[in-house]
Amino acid sequence: MKETGMKQNDKILLDHGSGGKISHTMIAEMMLPAFDNPILARMDDSAQITIGCERLAFSTDSYVVDPIFFPGGDIGELAINGTVNDLAMSGAIPLFLSVGMIIEEGFPVADLNKILRRMGLSAQKAGVQVVAGDTKVVPRGAADKIFINTSGIGRIPEGVEISGYRARPGDKIILSGTLADHGIAILTSREGMRFDSPVLSDTAALNDIVQKMLRVDRDIHVLRDPTRGGLGTTLNEIAGQSRVGIHIIEDSIPIKPEVAALCELLGFDPLYIANEGKLVAFVCPDHAEAVLAELCNDPLGKDACIIGEVVEAPAGRVILQTRIGGTRIVDMLTGEQLPRIC
Amino acid sequence: MSIKHLEEYRDPELARRLIDRICHIRSKPVRLMEVCGTHTVSIFRSGVRSVLPVDISLVSGPGCPVCVTDQSDIDAFIAISRMNGVIVATFGDLIRVPGTESSLEAERAGGRDIRMVYSPMDALDIARAHPDKRVVFLGVGFETTAPTIAATMMTAMASQLSNYLVYSAHKTVPPALDALVNAPDVQIDGFILPGHVSVMIGSDAYLFLKTVHHMPSVIAGFEPADILQAVYLLVSQIHAGMPELDNAYPRAVTSTGNPKAISIMNAVFEPVDAAWRGIGTIPRSGLKIREEYAVMDAARQLDIRVPEPVIVTGCACGDILKGIKTPPECALYKKRCTPVNPVGPCMVSSEGTCAAYYRYQ
Repeated sequence: MKETGMKQNDKILLDHGSGGKISHTMIAEMMLPAFDNPILARMDDSAQITIGCERLAFSTDSYVVDPIFFPGGDIGELAINGTVNDLAMSGAIPLFLSVGMIIEEGFPVADLNKILRRMGLSAQKAGVQVVAGDTKVVPRGAADKIFINTSGIGRIPEGVEISGYRARPGDKIILSGTLADHGIAILTSREGMRFDSPVLSDTAALNDIVQKMLRVDRDIHVLRDPTRGGLGTTLNEIAGQSRVGIHIIEDSIPIKPEVAALCELLGFDPLYIANEGKLVAFVCPDHAEAVLAELCNDPLGKDACIIGEVVEAPAGRVILQTRIGGTRIVDMLTGEQLPRIC
Repeated sequence: MSIKHLEEYRDPELARRLIDRICHIRSKPVRLMEVCGTHTVSIFRSGVRSVLPVDISLVSGPGCPVCVTDQSDIDAFIAISRMNGVIVATFGDLIRVPGTESSLEAERAGGRDIRMVYSPMDALDIARAHPDKRVVFLGVGFETTAPTIAATMMTAMASQLSNYLVYSAHKTVPPALDALVNAPDVQIDGFILPGHVSVMIGSDAYLFLKTVHHMPSVIAGFEPADILQAVYLLVSQIHAGMPELDNAYPRAVTSTGNPKAISIMNAVFEPVDAAWRGIGTIPRSGLKIREEYAVMDAARQLDIRVPEPVIVTGCACGDILKGIKTPPECALYKKRCTPVNPVGPCMVSSEGTCAAYYRYQ
C-alpha cells in the first residue's frame, strides 16, 4: 500500500522535517533517486565506507533549533554531540568534524562566542577535532539567528558490524535512559513555560559509552539514537529494515515524572519526542545483562534498562504491551505532534 | 508538578480486578459509546479494548472538536488566513485539517501568518504585540475551551484591545447527545460521558439522559482504571435493567460543575443551531458571539467568502462520529485516507477515531 506521494505542485511543509513518515517519504521518493547509490540506500545513522583497508563512518547533520540557548545546552553543543552520536551509532570512534555556519545579519558577537566556546568544549569532551569550517552571513530575515551544519568521520573498529538491518528475533532491546527530555526542554523554553526546576535537555556525546559497550559485546547488532521522531519512529525504522517484529513493555520505559506530567498536560506521546543523549541497543540475549551493567555504570546510562525484545512477527511492526496488560501498535510518527485542543 | 495521583488509576492490579468484575456480570453483547475524543485516545493507548470481552464494543462518538467542525467553518478559517493584515491564532489540531481547497498548514507554507498557540491568552499577547494587524483566534471546542476564549474576549473588551477577533465554531455536548439518542440509526446501549466537559457543566447537565431517554450513562476520568470502572458501571446498569446517571469521576466532577466558568461563557456566547460535520444541524448546539461582543466577532466583522463545499464521496466520518460505522468499514480508510493524506477530519486530529484506529489498532 503506497500511502503518500510527493506531487510536483506540493509545497514543503514543516512535517517534511519532522523525522517521521512524511520525512521518510520525501527521502525515499526524492533524495534516494537523486543520489542513487547503495551506501546511502542503507539509511543508517551514518554511511559506512571503506577506503583502502580502513572502514569509516561518515555523517552530516544540520541544526536549526529554536531557541538557540535552552535549558541543558545550546545549538553549538547539540551540533557537535549530534554528529558525534550519528558516527557512534555505527560503532565508530569519531575523529574529525567540519562545522558550517549560516548566520543572520545582526546576530550578537557575544552569542556567537558563547556558542563557539561551548562547541570547543563539547568537541574536546568527545575527543574529536574540528578540522574544517565555513561561515556565511545572510541578510536579516534570510535565516533565523544561526544555523549550524556539522559533518564528521570516524573509524569503525575491526569486527564491529552495527546496522539497522541486523536486529534478530530474540535480541534484547536496551534503552540507555529516560525518554523525551530534550524535546520537552525545547518545547517548554520555546513556549515560555517557567518552572522552578526546568526540564534539562539530555544532549550528550555517546561515543565513549558505545566503546565501553563494545568492549563487553563486540557483536552489538543495532545502535540508534532516537532523536527526531523519538523512540517510536526509531523502532519502526529498525523493524522495517530488519523485517522483524518489536515488542516493548510500557512499564519498563523510563520517563522522568516531570517530563511525563508535561506530556500529559500537552497531550504528547513521549514515544515520539526527541532525545539527544540516549541510545537504543539491540543485543544477543546472552550478552544483554552484561551490556546493561556496563551502561548502568556510566553516568550517561545510569537509568538504562531492557525495554523489550525482537520477535519474528508481525514483521515491520512495533507492539507495545500496556500497563494494564493490553497491547497496541506503536506506529511511526506521521508529522509534528500537535498539541490537543482540550 | 506531579502525576503521582494518576499512577493509582493506572495500577495493573486494579485494572485486572475491574476486568474480572466486568467479565463476571456481562450477559449480552453491548455497544457503549465513549463520547469524548480524549477517551478514545486513552482507550487505544492503554489497550483497554484488547482486555475487554469481545462482546463489549466501545464505539467512538462526536467528541473530537476538530472532527465535528463543519467543512464550511474550516473553509472560513482558510479564507480568514488569506486576508491581508490578518494573523490567525489557532490550536495545533486544526493546522492539518483539509478544507475544500487547502489547509491552514498549506496556507502557512504559502506565507500566511498562522500561529499555533497553547492557550487563547497567547492570542491576546499576539494582538497586543501587533497593533497594526487583526488577530483572529479560531474558536473550536466544547464547554471546556469556550469559557477560556470568552475570558479572552472580556479581557480584550476591558482593555480596549480593538484588533482581537474570534471566529466561534464552538459546540456544546448535551444537545449532541440528545440528537444521537433520538437518531433512528444509532444503536447505543450506554454512554461513557466526557470528563473534562463534565468538570465545567456538572453531572446535572445530563439528567435528561436518565429521565427522558432511560439511557445508562457514566461520567468517566481518563485513566485506564477510570474507563474500566465506567464500563463496569454501565454493564451493571444494563444487566440490571436500571438506567442511571453515575459519576465515576467524582475527584473532578461535581453535580453543578464550574458555575463561574459557565457564566463567563454565557456572558459572551449564546446558543445557536449549529452544523456538525457528518451529522447535520443540531438545534441550539453551537455557541454564537452575543451582540454585545459583535465588534470582536470575525464572522460579522470580516468579509469571509467560502467556496461551495465539495462533499467527498465515500468518506464515512459522519457515520463514524455517530458510532454507526467503525473506521475499517469506511471504503477510504487506509487507502485514500491516511494520517499523511487525510480525507476526513477523523483522520487528522490526534483525537479523531480514524487516526486512533490507524495509529494504535
